[in-house]
Amino acid sequence: MSEQSTSRDRGSVENTVAPSKDTVTVERAAAESGRGGGGLMSGSFGRNLGLVVALLLICAAGVVTAGDRFASVDNLLTVLRFASALGVVAIGMTFVITGGGIDLSVGAIVALCSVWATTFATQTMATDSHWIVMVFAALAVGAGCGLVNGVVIAYGKVVPFITTLAMLAAARGLAEIISERRTQIVTVDGFKDFFAADILGVPLLVIIFVLVSIGGWVLLNRTTFGRRTLAVGGNPEAARLAGINVNRHTVMLYVLVGLCCGLAALMLVSRTTTGSSTHGTLWELDAIAAVVIGGTLLTGGRGTIVGTVVGVLIFATLGNVFTLNNQDTSTQAVAKGLIIVVAVLLQQRLARNANST
Amino acid sequence: MNDAPLLTMRGIVKRFPGVLALGGVELEVRAGEVHCLLGQNGAGKSTLIKVLSASYQPDEGEILWEGKPVVLSTPQASMDLGISTIYQELDLVPDLSVAENIFLGHELSTAGFSQRGETIRRTRELLARLGHSEIQPTRSVGRLSPAAQQIVSMARALSQDTRLLILDEPSAVLDQGEVDNLFRVIRDLTAEGVAVVYISHRLEEIRQIGDRITVLKDGSTVATGLAVDQTPTSDLIKLMTGRSIEYVFPPRGDAGPPTGEPILEVIGLELPGVFTGVDLSVRAGEIVGLAGLVGAGRSEILETLYGARRPSAGTVRVAGKELRRGSVPAAVKAGVGLAPEERKSQGLLLDQAIYSNITVSTMGRFSRFGLLDSRAERKRSAELTESLDVRPAGVDRLVRLLSGGNQQKVVLARWLLRECRVLLLDEPTRGVDVGARAEIYTLVRSLADSGVAVVVVSSEVEEVLGLSDRVLVVREGRVVHEGPAGEIDESRVLDLVMEGKVA
Repeated sequence: MSEQSTSRDRGSVENTVAPSKDTVTVERAAAESGRGGGGLMSGSFGRNLGLVVALLLICAAGVVTAGDRFASVDNLLTVLRFASALGVVAIGMTFVITGGGIDLSVGAIVALCSVWATTFATQTMATDSHWIVMVFAALAVGAGCGLVNGVVIAYGKVVPFITTLAMLAAARGLAEIISERRTQIVTVDGFKDFFAADILGVPLLVIIFVLVSIGGWVLLNRTTFGRRTLAVGGNPEAARLAGINVNRHTVMLYVLVGLCCGLAALMLVSRTTTGSSTHGTLWELDAIAAVVIGGTLLTGGRGTIVGTVVGVLIFATLGNVFTLNNQDTSTQAVAKGLIIVVAVLLQQRLARNANST
Repeated sequence: MNDAPLLTMRGIVKRFPGVLALGGVELEVRAGEVHCLLGQNGAGKSTLIKVLSASYQPDEGEILWEGKPVVLSTPQASMDLGISTIYQELDLVPDLSVAENIFLGHELSTAGFSQRGETIRRTRELLARLGHSEIQPTRSVGRLSPAAQQIVSMARALSQDTRLLILDEPSAVLDQGEVDNLFRVIRDLTAEGVAVVYISHRLEEIRQIGDRITVLKDGSTVATGLAVDQTPTSDLIKLMTGRSIEYVFPPRGDAGPPTGEPILEVIGLELPGVFTGVDLSVRAGEIVGLAGLVGAGRSEILETLYGARRPSAGTVRVAGKELRRGSVPAAVKAGVGLAPEERKSQGLLLDQAIYSNITVSTMGRFSRFGLLDSRAERKRSAELTESLDVRPAGVDRLVRLLSGGNQQKVVLARWLLRECRVLLLDEPTRGVDVGARAEIYTLVRSLADSGVAVVVVSSEVEEVLGLSDRVLVVREGRVVHEGPAGEIDESRVLDLVMEGKVA
């Protein structure tokens, strides 16, 4: 992701900086010293600095206003545990947005997966055989919804915004029909025990989030899938003419985010020990906000998993600080809006400075 | 007329971080003349234009307008003086109508309500003045041909009382007839006292339309105010490059035309409304050129046999194996590569590194279980860029930063790496400077010599004839002539594309 760092803000300048022989040596020297290993660090560092500053400011506010109640290992793990499910969705969203799309239906898919995994029928089957049935149910439903989104977008040529808006309505409606708008309690002990487990004091949910983040980073930055995602998002026509199957790749991106929703639904079900058609309400906006303040371009072609993770942490920490100070969610929402704007502004400035050296 | 020249630029210097884009440019333009700006890609022409249109502020130097110093601080200030620029990449809004585009930013309105009738009437007048009354003012610009879009851009310039018109490579998107029309319009304008700054790579055009020439090299003026009719071409090329040759085509093989089984066979290919009954066969080591006017269906033929468009009839075979219709991955898999016409929008991932542009079609080769070995990618790309002499070196550089010629080399490197058997080149030297052109010709020939079957489409007849072994002339979607390149000359080809006399 770092290699794309310099592009957009300098757009106007670059067209004219075509090389003449005299400047070649200068540029080559600059290229050799600036790029390579060290350049990678400085590029992403510049972009993420604004985010880290924002996160630190929120933490500072937490320490000042809530003291030890904020700055404790227990509280940290609580924040992470609450952030983990949304975080997994945001990782999936990073891929879709980097690939030039958007998915408004993630929250609704999470609800549908949570309901499907906890119906009486599924839970009976899980009790009779193995709790893993619930896991498969959630993942299959998530992937299925993603597949429908992807096929309609790639082959039906309906714009992602509309397709996933339709899925948002339909999936949540279906979740309400299946659950009859009732909260479904999880009774399968194997499932509850597994997801409630700790490993060396770290909740499994947090570990899942960490693993998904690492997996997402590798997938985006070190694999052909990630490289194709950047190509498809950056210039779909050029990608197509280079021989990439753009339609198939688009479908895979939406299936991927669908799978993330299924996994997130399982995490949410285990944390609340319920499945409900109200799960994941407005998560699409939280996920998109985290991705965008993280530095992924909404127009596609550039994406950063690290940025998304920090973005998720910013919102989670913010919520925590407000809760510890007994503020209601409305104040929190206002602050969230401010943070989005400030973080993006800060980030643009810093990125520009980092690039113009 | 005022004695002072309309525009004088003295000692203009523009620096970008790490680069001296302009290092002392001198330019003097008189009212009523066509002043040609010559220079290779990267010589500073675009930067100079952007200084004039006030996109950039110069770091040093002065600009005089009718002898008085002026500061072009904003694009509006530049427009107020009467400077209009028509860029190479047309800057029109495709979804707005012709009339709306022409009056964009200075709409005719009363109390905020646009005067539709008046706008359309004025648009008709402007289009008629440019000799293109057939363009509908209410049509959306995106549905016009590139040539018509350029006329709309010019109408926009004229709608604001232009005194200095800057044309950046206007002929790049035009065919011969359209170029002639453009020249007629330019002559009309200069007769009215408008000054034109004309930028082109094509020396023959400059001979036709230009009055005086200024040559830029490496950001500096190396010669200015040369009279067109008294300066031999060889001098101009020497000034631009330090070389004294225009087009150098590599020699064809001594062995005569290649024989053996054709690698690429196209039979009865048809795309309704575009072309029909196209037969084509290319042997290993052979270069086949497609000549014809813009819009005759040349590019569409290439795109169809590459699978980017789905034909209604006909077959495409590569090495005897029939390709699935309308599937690019199938064509790529069979060893076909395309260097598309619109390099920037169709060929390249501009905001990505050179190496990932080169390996994008061969990623599988650098990956194990989907994991990319980017060290190997960089290493292989560096070998290729070095052998193709892509400048500046460094495969982590963004493709956006390269000049046209070097970008084209990156596209070619992609297919070299792929070791493709059939290479389709659509306008391979558009926007490429004279020096780099020769390199690309040599490269294409050496690819053919290594056994690749090459198909070249170009608007420049000279290029098709010079580069190819065999030439097909396309007119209105049909092949009207086929034969060895050596047995046909430029005027005969022009005859065929205009008249369509079947040989």
